[in-house]
Amino acid sequence: MPVPDDMVFYVDPARCIGCQSCVQACMECDTHKGQSMIQLDFIDKANSPQTVPMVCMHCESPTCAEVCPADAIKRTEDGVVQTARKPRCIACNNCVIACPFGVPKMNTDRGLMMKCDMCYDRTYVGLKPMCASVCPSQALAFGTREEMARTRPGSIPTNTFRFGEQLIKTKVVVMVPKDAREPIVDVTASLFEPTYGNELMDDVFAEVEGP
Amino acid sequence: MADPSPPTTPTPPLGLHTIAEFGPHRAYSEGVRVDTGVEPDRVVNTHCCFCGQQCGMKLEVKDETIIGVKPWYEFPFNRGMMCPKGVTRYLQQAHPDRLLHAYERASDSPSGFRELGYGAAIARVAEAIDRIQRDHGRDAFAILSGASLSTEKTYLIGKFAHMCLRTANIDYNGRLCMVSAGAGNKKAFGIDRAANSWADIIGTEVVWISGANIAECAPITTNYVWQAREQGAKVIVVDPRITPIARTCDLFLPIKPGRDTALFNGILHLMIENDWLDHEFIEENTVGFEAVAAEVHPWTPRRTAEVTGISEKLVREAAEVWGQAKTSFLMHARGIEHHSSGVQNVMGSINIVLASGRIGRPLCGYATITGQANGQGGREHGQKCDQLPGGRDLDNPEHRAYVAGVWGMDPADLPMPGAIAYEIIRKAERGEIKGLLSICFNPVVSLPDNNFVRRALEKLDFYVAIDFFLNETARYADVVLPGSLQEEDEGTVTQLEGRIIKINQVVDCPGEAKQDWRIIQDIAKALGREAGLVFESSRGIFEELRIASKGWINDYSGVSWERVEENYGVFWPCPAETPPGVPLPPPEGTRRLFEPGSWNPIAKGAGPFYFEDGRARFNVTAYQGPAEDVDEDYPLILTTGRVVSQFLSGTQTRRIGPLVDHYPEPRIELHPRLAGKLGIEDGDWTLAESRRGNCTLRALVVRSIRPDTVFVPYHWPGRKSANQLTNAALDPISGIPEYKVCAVRVRKADGPPEYAGVLQSQQ
Repeated sequence: MPVPDDMVFYVDPARCIGCQSCVQACMECDTHKGQSMIQLDFIDKANSPQTVPMVCMHCESPTCAEVCPADAIKRTEDGVVQTARKPRCIACNNCVIACPFGVPKMNTDRGLMMKCDMCYDRTYVGLKPMCASVCPSQALAFGTREEMARTRPGSIPTNTFRFGEQLIKTKVVVMVPKDAREPIVDVTASLFEPTYGNELMDDVFAEVEGP
Repeated sequence: MADPSPPTTPTPPLGLHTIAEFGPHRAYSEGVRVDTGVEPDRVVNTHCCFCGQQCGMKLEVKDETIIGVKPWYEFPFNRGMMCPKGVTRYLQQAHPDRLLHAYERASDSPSGFRELGYGAAIARVAEAIDRIQRDHGRDAFAILSGASLSTEKTYLIGKFAHMCLRTANIDYNGRLCMVSAGAGNKKAFGIDRAANSWADIIGTEVVWISGANIAECAPITTNYVWQAREQGAKVIVVDPRITPIARTCDLFLPIKPGRDTALFNGILHLMIENDWLDHEFIEENTVGFEAVAAEVHPWTPRRTAEVTGISEKLVREAAEVWGQAKTSFLMHARGIEHHSSGVQNVMGSINIVLASGRIGRPLCGYATITGQANGQGGREHGQKCDQLPGGRDLDNPEHRAYVAGVWGMDPADLPMPGAIAYEIIRKAERGEIKGLLSICFNPVVSLPDNNFVRRALEKLDFYVAIDFFLNETARYADVVLPGSLQEEDEGTVTQLEGRIIKINQVVDCPGEAKQDWRIIQDIAKALGREAGLVFESSRGIFEELRIASKGWINDYSGVSWERVEENYGVFWPCPAETPPGVPLPPPEGTRRLFEPGSWNPIAKGAGPFYFEDGRARFNVTAYQGPAEDVDEDYPLILTTGRVVSQFLSGTQTRRIGPLVDHYPEPRIELHPRLAGKLGIEDGDWTLAESRRGNCTLRALVVRSIRPDTVFVPYHWPGRKSANQLTNAALDPISGIPEYKVCAVRVRKADGPPEYAGVLQSQQ
């Protein structure tokens, strides 16, 4: 049984509180116990409490699979990009370097690239992935499009990303503010934008006297 | 004032041998816990052992080891959600530091302790209690208990103190946590419970959060706030730091620590000026409005801004949003409660709720966010110094007679109210209290000015600690008794909404460890005073508690364990009987308090609030300011709090590897403007000094804190402890210490502290 068609994985960064519950819960997954496949980072700790969880985005044409010389990375029919196949993976690190989202991790002990497989053992029996189950702020969520539209009217879903010349469509959907100008998130462009938070934060405490 | 140069903090013995034997060591998933081929023997539905939200979860067991956690989607409060503490809590079980035997102090042992047979240990404890009480009077033996224990245990410990030891001196660690909210609620509403369940947050127009780092201290509540926001609610956050919940709020009020009453007075001033009042509600359901109106009259936006450090514009905007809303939910936590004026702050917040009339109706709410696992239930049934079960008062003759009747004793034999927690420590230091039993309380880490606490403990003739790990305070004990982890016993707790829930036993106690209530009863038996303390099960204790709580405010008489499990919890009050014409509560109990027409045992139908006239009280809240303000010598404000990966004094969470790794050591947070002036860069060793002690920590330079304030989380012991600096000024009503504001000076340290390179991060 595939991941139910109507169930979508959402990342809603505005909600993230940086608690790392997802990181810990990922380690509870029965297929890779003790190892987390999620990266959670502060964007700019000194200037903002903003944090963002990075799960596999499960690309429609996964760059990791495209660059794999051993054809070890498979995408299921329902669009889940899996951990490299053990008999095939040659631990060359091509996927680790090529993934625009920086998701695959090389497990040097096992000589195997491992990554988030959207808790395939859970989702194919109709359960939510571990991270989206536990996330206290539901920055990671697993639900239907209708449910999301109803419960998060202030945001719109997008699943198209631009990295320079490369345009990527993903199975995982990111919630962005409703007034976002572009339906496509231009990741490369934003790398060179100044951190928006700075001015805001300065403004908050501008009137505070003292040192 | 001349600079009283701060006392050099005595370096406590690092006790490296003690640490080597008893930890804290970090546990990680390994062995059977990471074996993907293992099928659990059983899966038990239960709740988290940490904060007041008490998230439902499933624990998986293999060969008496808890090997993992799974979401319990059906439990309605959290629906599978868990914070990182919840996800990793199982690593505290089958832990290498677990106490498997009793211990006694032994000067010839490198660790300071020697194993002792359980029976011999109980006999020693009983002998010491008997001797101290005979030589120095009954009140010379004191008990410090905790609000992370099940309600059954807290009831039993209260009974043990009042009936068996007949000591007046029992108090609990909720004294550092919920008491300001409790006292404020009692004064305003006559009852101490969140007025609403969290369901009333979603759909409300305004969520006002004062002094509550929700995302880190009550993470699941975040989703309720975000849902409200998605439905259009404006979120107002009042805090000296931009915490994760504040990051995307609509209005952030960067308050100067210790000024909350001023803000609430200023808001009420504007509500009155603009007539944003519910006159009908005030007229029919409250008393005392005129006096409060007079008190807040001088609190103009200008003066409010000057005192609070919040701009006048923001004060006005907040009042406008709050004043004009049709529905609202106000929440607060330790941020306004941990003050020498904590009760005033709480009452100030309630004043703006009452003036709005937005309470006792759908989507109109008010609550304190209870901190500890059983922060609610643990403050209801008799382990507070002035309390008897059911929220009854120890100095009320009728209440004494009722409870004494249930217990089968002469009311005259019940002690009168005794000392609060910090006063117990002070009495020990003065030699008035000679003996102490502690359970679920780690005052060496958690009390303010903890160098004083250490001196007090050293003066005790006899100290017995019951715990599952040798916490930092237990290192001062003469005898340590091995108690139970939450997952090794069953019972109920009452979570932050007032919902009574069932904790299920997951595994047995290891070695000679025993369930805490059995240990208490064993001591009573060894004293030859076991009357009333011969329960054979936790359920037996609950059944008696139902009777003991019957007929008064915290009425559990209609609650059975079955009813709790069938309904995913029952909200008290839940009486078994009501007067003719008054309907019994529905199966889930009383979800929302103060509904129009509701009945309670004090008002008896006169009104929805718990006073004889059924009306809520406005309380005059004169602004006082912090007990210790900044001056030339100590020019900065220190405020303390939690991080998401640690819990209270860290006895448990500093032993869970992934949580330690998340935020390994306390750091001192300061704004770049302040850091620049002091020549401190991120990561530098930084010395903070107060009049009571000093502390060297690495700097964390962040733009999310007021430039006149520094922040240190308090979960660590010894020379890393923030409470070396904090001020033991207590609220005169609640006795809560002023953790949230004291004066310090800060400079770049001359070098790394003594502990660097010696202790691991969690030690």
